[in-house]
Amino acid sequence: MIKIELLHKKFGKNQVLTGLDLHIQKGGIFAILGPNGSGKTTLIKTILGMVVPNTGNISVLGEPIKNKWKYRQEIEYLPQIANFPGNLKVKELIRMIKDLRQKSSEEEKLIQLFALEPYLDKKLATLSGGTKQKVNIVLTFMFDSPLIILDEPTTGLDPLALIRLKELIQVEKEKGKTILVTSHIMQFVEEVADEIVYLLEGKIYFKGSIQELMTKTKQTDFEHAIAAIATPTIYD
Amino acid sequence: MKVIHKLFFITLLLFGYFLSAKTIIICPTCKVKSIKEGIAIAADYDTLLIKKGTYKEYNIQITKPLTLLGENYPVIDGEDKGEIITIQSNDVTIDGLFIINVGTSYTTDYAAIRVVKSENFLIQNVVLEKLFFGIYLEKSNNGRIYHNKIIGDAVDEYNSGNGIQLWYSKNIEVEKNIVQHVRDGIYLEFSDNITIKKNTSTDNLRYGLHFMFSNDDVYTDNTFENNGAGVAVMFSKRIKMNGNTFKKNWGTAAFGLLLKEITDAEIINNTFEENTIGINIEGSNRINYTNNNFIRNGWAVKVLGACYTNVFSKNNFLYNSFDISYNSKLNDNSFDQNYWSNYTGYDLDKNGIGDIPYRPVKLFSYIVNRTPETIVLLRSLFMDIIDFSEKVSPVFTPDNLMDANPLMHKRK
Amino acid sequence: MIKILKYSFYDLMRSRWSYIYFLFYLILGFVLLFLNNDVSKAVITLMNIIIILVPLIGTIFGVMYYYNSKEFTELLLAQPIKRSSIFLGQYFGVAGSLTLSLVLGLGIPFVLYGLFKSDAIFDFSLLLVTGAFLTLIFTALSFNIALSNENKIKGFGYAVLLWLFLAVIYDGIFLMSLIIFKEYPLDTFSLTATMLNPIDLSRTLILLKLDISALLGYTGAVFKQFFGTNTGLVISMVMLVLWTAIPVWRLSYKANRKDF
Repeated sequence: MIKIELLHKKFGKNQVLTGLDLHIQKGGIFAILGPNGSGKTTLIKTILGMVVPNTGNISVLGEPIKNKWKYRQEIEYLPQIANFPGNLKVKELIRMIKDLRQKSSEEEKLIQLFALEPYLDKKLATLSGGTKQKVNIVLTFMFDSPLIILDEPTTGLDPLALIRLKELIQVEKEKGKTILVTSHIMQFVEEVADEIVYLLEGKIYFKGSIQELMTKTKQTDFEHAIAAIATPTIYD
Repeated sequence: MKVIHKLFFITLLLFGYFLSAKTIIICPTCKVKSIKEGIAIAADYDTLLIKKGTYKEYNIQITKPLTLLGENYPVIDGEDKGEIITIQSNDVTIDGLFIINVGTSYTTDYAAIRVVKSENFLIQNVVLEKLFFGIYLEKSNNGRIYHNKIIGDAVDEYNSGNGIQLWYSKNIEVEKNIVQHVRDGIYLEFSDNITIKKNTSTDNLRYGLHFMFSNDDVYTDNTFENNGAGVAVMFSKRIKMNGNTFKKNWGTAAFGLLLKEITDAEIINNTFEENTIGINIEGSNRINYTNNNFIRNGWAVKVLGACYTNVFSKNNFLYNSFDISYNSKLNDNSFDQNYWSNYTGYDLDKNGIGDIPYRPVKLFSYIVNRTPETIVLLRSLFMDIIDFSEKVSPVFTPDNLMDANPLMHKRK
Repeated sequence: MIKILKYSFYDLMRSRWSYIYFLFYLILGFVLLFLNNDVSKAVITLMNIIIILVPLIGTIFGVMYYYNSKEFTELLLAQPIKRSSIFLGQYFGVAGSLTLSLVLGLGIPFVLYGLFKSDAIFDFSLLLVTGAFLTLIFTALSFNIALSNENKIKGFGYAVLLWLFLAVIYDGIFLMSLIIFKEYPLDTFSLTATMLNPIDLSRTLILLKLDISALLGYTGAVFKQFFGTNTGLVISMVMLVLWTAIPVWRLSYKANRKDF
């Protein structure tokens, strides 16, 4: 599904990714974790082609993505901060994205699911953070693509919406899709993730299931395991 | 005008009748085949009626009072051999001829028609082409040059002549002529009391009209367009210039009107449009400029050297790149009640006169005088800024030069 | 690209600023024509405004739009759209709506006034064409600046500085060098210097119409060739196109290499 080899990325003097290798097979939910500034978002953005790597190869669905853009048709992306053009109405935004992607979509169901009907005619600038995030989720899940990338999907969501989101992710997983997700909410990760990809200092520090992680770190609690992984002395 | 013209003609015919003058018919198939022949057999005050045809003749000397009347424009072809008609008698009329191919010479000023020391002549309805000099008056007075068409093909000044030239001649009327593509359209030297009216002088190499040492002349309602320069008035006194149009005289030293060493002239109701320089004034004093329109000229008025007591009043200065340009800091000329399209003042008391004076000389024009290439910076914001600062406190331009009563509305 | 252009354009058409810009020109046009009653004078005043204001508005608006539409851009970047299309689409959206405001804002009063019957029609059309070019050029330049500066304040500062430089400072330096080196033949230099600044270039184009009589007063052969024939008009137009094309090209080049 995704194959990344020797990925290097530098922002100015700041070396963010240093020879990262990652292979993700088809199907399942992969949580990309790591401390702040470890390059999670950068990694996601290089996959999306928003960040251009200095060196290294990335293939998505078997095709190298360099200077390509059509492969993004196969990716749904939920950006970290839901910033939308403020003077568009929700309805218009949805219509616009549909127009841009030219793909069948099922936004009706999602709008209902997140109870967004009352907001459809409101401008995005007037929406609360949580509502924006719901719109963001609708935009992401309304298409049917094999790869879904979620950057901090839980931000600002109320408990009900969170439950709906988790259900949604599970449904998509059932369909055999590949889902990449980053989150700071460990409980959420623990609940949904099949596999953990832990980034540290621009490299994959750990890749495996939650169980493997806990075994490796000799922790019984997932949150502690994550905390422990960054401090090698504990388990070496 | 037409009536007067007719009366004149009838009178002439009557005179002819009373003097029992006869008409000699000339045509290529007649008994009299050439003009020279006709002149030879003619008595005083006879009329030579020249029928349509081509007459290859030059050096035609008219030494007695005669009328040469062309019918349907007979062609007199001088074959570039020299002068064509020379008038050396009073009371000669030339009417309706088509004269071509005047000889060109570097030593003799050959003309299509020359009038020498004669009076009461009339030259009208004549068409001249391929000429050197056109109509040349030499010490001849009291004549009339009316409704002729002179079309030259001059390329260089040194081997071309003037369309109509007056030399030591007085009391001449030059009216409704069309002069094109010669050196000077109309040239006056030592000629006084001349009236030049309703002529059109265009596309000439040097000047449309040129005065040298000629006084008390009047020129009105003429049009001067696209000449090397429109009109040059030099070393002359008391010239009246009314109702003329000076247009599109473009080029390095091109101007609508050049005044050089002129005194006591008046310039009224003229239009200067799209000339590089509207009026170029050098060493000229006591001239009144009134009711003229200066429209879209490069420089409406350019003042060089010492010019005293010139008065500019009630003129319209419309969209000129520069209104007035001076090359010195001194000013002895006055500007009053003109309309300046560049004026940005206000009129709070609504009397039609701007409440703050207008300074027509820009600093930029001073800079351009010194460094001509800077002209490409015309109308740039930077220039406007420095012009503004100069306006506030004049340093380089004459500080008393202003129109204290600028009009708010264009004078009709 | 057309789709992005469409969305940017609609987005702008709905924003207050396009209306303000449009209304400004509309009012200006009416005031100039109907209070003054003099088309020629109106054309001259308009020239001054177009030369100065249009670049300024293009610059500020371009920078503003770029920074304000960052979210939109980021949203689009994740969509299956070519990168250069996103930026060119946005650029043409902004430049297009500004141009439209300018042309309609000034055009309507002039048409109502009966411009088609006036002989100033050519001058006026030239003015609008120049204004449109200046909008395209300065919007492109400001997009370039914004694209190279993540920091909004910095980007804004550079953009305004660029405008100030091209509108005023450049001419100051230009004038000084002409005066200092006046002993040398300068006509080629001065024409080249004019071509290298889009504001001067546009000004020259308008001068060719308004002040041709003055321009022909200068002796230089190069000047004569430039201003006296159609050469000047052709070269200026070509340069304006280049001035538009190069920043637009750089915009798409930079956009393809930038990280978001």
